[in-house]
Amino acid sequence: MITRERLVEITLVLLLAAVPIAAQLLNEPFYLTLATRVAILGLAAVGLNIALGLGGLVSFGHAAFFGVGGYVAGVLAIHAFNGTPMLLGLPGTKLMPFIWIVAILVSGLVALGIGALTLRTSGVYFIMITLAFAQMIYYFAISWPAYGGEDGLSFYVRNGFPGVDTLKPLPFLLICYALLALGLILFQVLRKSRFGAALQGARQNEVRVAATGISPYRIRLVAFVIWAMITGVAGALYADLNRFVSPAMLSWHMSGELIVLIVLGGVGRRFGPVVGAGLYVLLEYWLGGITERWQLFLGLMLLGVVLFARGGLIGLLAGKPRHG
Amino acid sequence: MADPVLSVTGLSRSFGALKATDEVTLDLRPGEIHALIGPNGAGKSTLINLISGALSPDAGSVHLGGMDVTRLGVSARARLGLGRTYQISSLFPEFSALRNVMLAVQARQGSSFRFFLPVMADASLRDPALSLLDRVGLAARAHVIAAELSHGERRQLELAMALALSPRLLLLDEPMAGMGPEGSKAMTALLAQLGHALPILLVEHDMDAVFALADRISVLVYGRIIATGSVEEIRRDPEVRRAYLGDAA
Repeated sequence: MITRERLVEITLVLLLAAVPIAAQLLNEPFYLTLATRVAILGLAAVGLNIALGLGGLVSFGHAAFFGVGGYVAGVLAIHAFNGTPMLLGLPGTKLMPFIWIVAILVSGLVALGIGALTLRTSGVYFIMITLAFAQMIYYFAISWPAYGGEDGLSFYVRNGFPGVDTLKPLPFLLICYALLALGLILFQVLRKSRFGAALQGARQNEVRVAATGISPYRIRLVAFVIWAMITGVAGALYADLNRFVSPAMLSWHMSGELIVLIVLGGVGRRFGPVVGAGLYVLLEYWLGGITERWQLFLGLMLLGVVLFARGGLIGLLAGKPRHG
Repeated sequence: MADPVLSVTGLSRSFGALKATDEVTLDLRPGEIHALIGPNGAGKSTLINLISGALSPDAGSVHLGGMDVTRLGVSARARLGLGRTYQISSLFPEFSALRNVMLAVQARQGSSFRFFLPVMADASLRDPALSLLDRVGLAARAHVIAAELSHGERRQLELAMALALSPRLLLLDEPMAGMGPEGSKAMTALLAQLGHALPILLVEHDMDAVFALADRISVLVYGRIIATGSVEEIRRDPEVRRAYLGDAA
């Protein structure tokens, strides 16, 4: 049987697929850029959905991983462009798959360190200490002149993917769609797995999970690392989209935006991040074209969702989640 | 006599000037139901938390099956075979009854770091969970969300989850609390059936249930055990009558 949620999801996939066609017909290549932004922000939000939706971890530091991914792409590209070796004499690279792997490894390692310390706290302390770590990385990026400091780092040619012309907007959009799809599949698989059961259990009743002999700390640490890895890849894509990376990607505004869009879309729902990212990007484009103060309307919308539609837009369209 | 599965020796814990647990010594032998009774504020909850590992003692020791677990936390003691239920039902409210038990079975198997196989397709979780639900009389309600179960059913579910850990003993914190007479009766029958296979340390206010189930009773007053003995001995003990039982006995 097809549930309402499934129908909503199919509609969303069709809408995303329709964007490149519409862009072609209307001769509006900018639509491709918008869709790419949706896919990338959506992917970052999928990572957040694992941590926040499944694990209940409210953080204000995940921009750190978004930015780390972005800087990995930027730094590797610059070194490859200039032909200069990096740390330990390693060469740079302009190949996206390599960049993603490095982004995954670096974000994961940073998250392992930060998570090991911060996950010993909970609630507002967890929010504050993740924020503190993210701000440390933010100021570190600002004060590192070798990679642009406050001005950020521009690279003029988008990184490549074997057999694909990434300089054209459409192939790059398709790459981003593919990674978003992978992220969504990963979310679904994790949610249904033993790990997902333990992670959701730790959100619903931490004491009970501990009493059954599962350590919530270790489960959450692994979730934290997976979250960071996904966010890191999204960050690398974001840098490639803009061919520019700056400390702004690391700032707490970015963390806040991702939380806002996932709350708009529907926390813990599979397509919540996609809906949220779509809504966010559309509002930014349409309202942003009318007034610079478009975020006022975003705020009102967020207020409406929090007060009247706790399940976000997905909850509004598809009703309450089904439980297994 | 067989070695006790749980032995508590000289256990003390103070909160400021209040001695919540004062040199408590008790043991739980294989196959027995040992009831712990005492008036409100006697320190039963503190003692339960000390035994389960949620609190650490100022002095004394806790041994599980001959092994010193005084320094171990809640998860570690649970893995060593200490199963418990809570005074207030403690479940995973968004999961169905079945998934609640499946998560406990998963914990017992010690394999939470599996990321790919869907749990609902995993017979090694589903089958034991279903048979446990059957054992506590909840099979018909397997697919109901825990939050939507009745109070008595939640108690049954808790018991199934505790049993899922294949515990060496059960620590039951007021399993009859908030139940009507019918529910109490059903739970008493269920525990009587379990008690022969599995030693139970039972903290309970319902005296009918305690007298029906317990092989031995310990009476806790102001953090101290003032008497331990068979049901008859406790009924007759003048100090116990004065401190606690009043007219009920």
